Amino acid sequence: MSEDIFQGYKGKALEILKKYNVRVWGQASIETTRGNFEGTVLPRSENDDDFHIVLKIITGYNIGIDVGTIKDMKETGYQKANYKIPEKEFPTTEGLPNVKLFGTGGTIASRLDYRTGAVIPAFSPGELYGAVPELADICNLTTEKIFAVFSENMGPDQYKALAIAIGKEIENGIDGIVIGHGTDTLHHTGAALTFMVQNSPIPIVLVGSQRSSDRPSSDAALNLMHAMKTAGDSDIAEVMVCMFGPTSDDYGLLHKGTRVRKMHSSYRSTFRTIGDTPLATVNRDKITPIKKDYKQRRKDRNVDILPYFSDKVTMLYYYPGMKPDIIDTLVDNGYKGIVFVGTGLGHVNKELYPAIERATKKGVVMYMTLQTLWGYVHMFVYDTGRDMMAKGIIPSGNMLPEVAYIKLGWALGQTEDPEEIKKIMLTPINDEITTREPYNGYLIYQGGVPEVEDFIKKFRK
Amino acid sequence: MKKDKSPETKDFNPKQNYEQTLKEVGYIPRKKAKKADYERIGFMSGLEVHQQLKTKEKLFCHCPAGIFHKHDDFNAEVIRHMRPTLSELGEYDGTALMEYRTRKEIVYRLNNETACTYEIDDTPPFKIDREALGYALEISLLCKLNIVGEVHITRKQYLDGSIPAGFQRTAILGVEGEIPLKNKKVRLIQLSIEEDSCREISDIRHQRIYKTDRLGMPLIETVTYPEMYTPDELKEAAEYIRFLNRSTGRVRVGSGAGREDVNVSCKGGTRVEIKGVSYNKLIPELSHIEGFRQWALLNIKKKLNDRAKDTDNWKIQHQEIDYRDFDLKYEPITNGLIDKYRIIAVNLPNFKGILSHFTQPGKIFANEIADRLKVIACLEKPNMVHSEEFEPKIIEDNYTKIKELFNASEDDAQIIIWAPDEDIKTALETIEERCLMAFEGVPQETRKSFTDGTTIFERVLPGADRMYPDTDSAPIPLENEYIDKLSENVPSDVIERYNQLKKWNVPEDTFTFIFRNNLYPLIEKIVKELRINPKFIGTFIGHKLKFVEGHYTSSDVFDYCKIYDLFKYLIDEKLEIQLSKRMLPVFFQYPKMDFDSILTSINFKSLPKEEILSKISFLKQKFKEIKTSKNDQVAKHWIMGELQKTAIGNIAPNDLAKAIDQN
Repeated sequence: MSEDIFQGYKGKALEILKKYNVRVWGQASIETTRGNFEGTVLPRSENDDDFHIVLKIITGYNIGIDVGTIKDMKETGYQKANYKIPEKEFPTTEGLPNVKLFGTGGTIASRLDYRTGAVIPAFSPGELYGAVPELADICNLTTEKIFAVFSENMGPDQYKALAIAIGKEIENGIDGIVIGHGTDTLHHTGAALTFMVQNSPIPIVLVGSQRSSDRPSSDAALNLMHAMKTAGDSDIAEVMVCMFGPTSDDYGLLHKGTRVRKMHSSYRSTFRTIGDTPLATVNRDKITPIKKDYKQRRKDRNVDILPYFSDKVTMLYYYPGMKPDIIDTLVDNGYKGIVFVGTGLGHVNKELYPAIERATKKGVVMYMTLQTLWGYVHMFVYDTGRDMMAKGIIPSGNMLPEVAYIKLGWALGQTEDPEEIKKIMLTPINDEITTREPYNGYLIYQGGVPEVEDFIKKFRK
Repeated sequence: MKKDKSPETKDFNPKQNYEQTLKEVGYIPRKKAKKADYERIGFMSGLEVHQQLKTKEKLFCHCPAGIFHKHDDFNAEVIRHMRPTLSELGEYDGTALMEYRTRKEIVYRLNNETACTYEIDDTPPFKIDREALGYALEISLLCKLNIVGEVHITRKQYLDGSIPAGFQRTAILGVEGEIPLKNKKVRLIQLSIEEDSCREISDIRHQRIYKTDRLGMPLIETVTYPEMYTPDELKEAAEYIRFLNRSTGRVRVGSGAGREDVNVSCKGGTRVEIKGVSYNKLIPELSHIEGFRQWALLNIKKKLNDRAKDTDNWKIQHQEIDYRDFDLKYEPITNGLIDKYRIIAVNLPNFKGILSHFTQPGKIFANEIADRLKVIACLEKPNMVHSEEFEPKIIEDNYTKIKELFNASEDDAQIIIWAPDEDIKTALETIEERCLMAFEGVPQETRKSFTDGTTIFERVLPGADRMYPDTDSAPIPLENEYIDKLSENVPSDVIERYNQLKKWNVPEDTFTFIFRNNLYPLIEKIVKELRINPKFIGTFIGHKLKFVEGHYTSSDVFDYCKIYDLFKYLIDEKLEIQLSKRMLPVFFQYPKMDFDSILTSINFKSLPKEEILSKISFLKQKFKEIKTSKNDQVAKHWIMGELQKTAIGNIAPNDLAKAIDQN
């Protein structure tokens, strides 16, 4: 069959449509026990039930008709909607930096089909120019769609492909790279690229949006402008995440790919640097460094691309009462590395000790990180910590759990020698472990306290 | 250019031109307007009636509904800039572009008590409030709408910032209903449930401030077909829908709880929407004036097209001028100089006599330009002076000089604006755009109303392409059983109630008060359960209660239901119901006082009938002594008057009259 004329319909609803010979995109006049309805039959979302037919009525609203109430139905016309994003050629301006945008999927590079609600990727420079014309004042843009996956489906294969693509672009002389990415795992990719693309001469900026670009209040446009500005003009040649600073439409923050984390499920200002300050703030006019010490932009085209990853790594979020068979199962299934996310200073219960010993004997490497996110693993403070180290668990400083997971996968992709791995894990590539935590690296203000309320009222957060 | 069509130069007087054009248009005050006048201009109107629902929580989050704050009572502020998004046809909506051109910074004030992260679009919606959905469906049933099988939440874009997300979540519950008016039936297009918007605090230059207390409160919108052909009919429909909503007891009352968008057009005009009219009593005047404003704009259209040669290439001419070369002693201009405002002279070819053309009572076409300069270019008023002011703000010599500057024809009109550098481009575009629209007739816009019945430009009227499905919400099925159950709560039709009151001989002048306050169910209950005369109770409520409300203040919330208790007390105590009239003022002022105490406070004494009647013969005797008249009726009235104070509550007036006759 060339075309599905009953898009998304199944079961009873499909039967009814077939019975009365009414297609999706057909103008329908429906007689029901609740009165008459008229409108265009829309495709139905696959996950919705099979008792209703969706109509777009003349006023632009959508309604559902219960198929059980339908007495008669007629197709009076047919008009298929073809939703397309208008393309306008992205203008090239001499003197502006050349920026490459890699697309991976996710909300920043998508648009909604107004009729069905389906997500359509908006990605070519022309499409982006149509949506955010200001970009043309910032840089000359070229784009490449590497994959179209949702954030949660980004994984080792995508990290490696991205690293290789970035390497090629650097070789070709691009001034900066922006990667459009879903926000859920933006920080995983940030860590992976930090390890896989080392010694880059140019900025590599990961960006996403917390509100899709079909909304007038979306953060996508501003985030894109900030990211392009950073990629094109910034002197900071690191792998960075660029997202809203405050929830207001104000400025963006540049976070190191290894120290950043998504901290709220839906806020615009969800990304925060943990245990340190961000690298810089960015607005449409300039980048203002916060950290003085960063890797600077260079003219040369040297870069080390290290696209390795072993997927025999896992992360275990410890909870009181965890049973040793979990670890045994992982070991029996061939996992070579485990990142524990422990309580407090980095602890798990005694019940797990035999399993940990067994894992060590089998050559599995194990690292300890923290549920508290902030602070360092300190395994010397209590006996339990010392016991665990004796049994083979290695503390990983103030490395964030997700970062430790990515780094261990990257390390195991290169070697299985525990000593080699230990060296890789504990030698920071870009501050995934820092030697000191500044006092302003941990700030979680508590609402309700007068001075905090004062601050919030004064500074639009 | 053709001189013959334009007013004579030497005797041109803007005020006279205004009067003259008013006559040309055939404007008449509403009080004098007849049905034929509306037929002449092809008056057509419809309504979008917004009504807040009386729920505990907001529609898509768990913040409380119905708590309001003062402007400066807030805990935090958030800034947003709205960007237009592409419509499904791949085009930008006109309103969206207009709002974007204004470059507004929108500030939202949040109070922790009434706003959470949902209001500022930092959290996706929670499930729709079932209480609100139920109430809205009850009202839909009452409107005889075809109820949908499944509710689909839709996003409706609003770029003005009144909703932080940039869109309103809204859903259709029913289509194709009807309401009965006195002489006709009016069809309803649809009824939707939606979230209410922010309340504006200020809108000055490029910053607009909103508060978020009202944002997200459940609201229904009832939309009629444009089938009202006179302003009075329009008001009748508005009242009917309001009373219908209130008859369910499920809606909020009070200032701003019910608001009407009034759609008006005239023959050859276009749909113009007058937004947010809170008082139905303003509807007739507003719609009347809007009908004639459109009629006036069509007169302008005709004049311009007769006059201008090449309308397709019509352009304004503009040039920056140096204040030192002119005599611009007008405070707003000189103040602007302090802020380095630039002064621009504009020539409008062919616009002589148009700037001072009547548009609304006391308003001329120049106001249409000034209003748009305020909204689109963000120039606070006064934002321009022009060559056709009734009382010129600057000396006329200036315009003569400007005419020379542009080598203008006698047929042209001139404007001077002053503005910051960054706003000039938009300002000039705005002037040209509005003038070009004058060649076309009536621009599609939404307008803001004033209590005198006039309106000003608010926004470009949004197109239909601003709706799209809300991907954050699943469709909500409405099963037959659920709808049947809701039907049980639905009260009788307002029209039936209206007819019943008439049948009961309750005076018609009480109806508005009764329906506005949804007091029919109370009357019905008192009539049915206490068997009190409906005419008495209707009058008691529609006249006495209305009077007491207007003249006394209650120390507490006066619950109308307590009126039932009052009558029940009188019946139980075997007292005369007339006593209720004397008791009401005290009862209304002190709703917590018990009825015995109220009787004491009005000096009422319970007396046996016989004791009162025993005085009749004595009074008859006394009347003979004072002998004001020989007429028996006069004597009867005098005796009744004497006995009334003690009699009220103890003996019915009819019984007393009979007793006087018999004695």
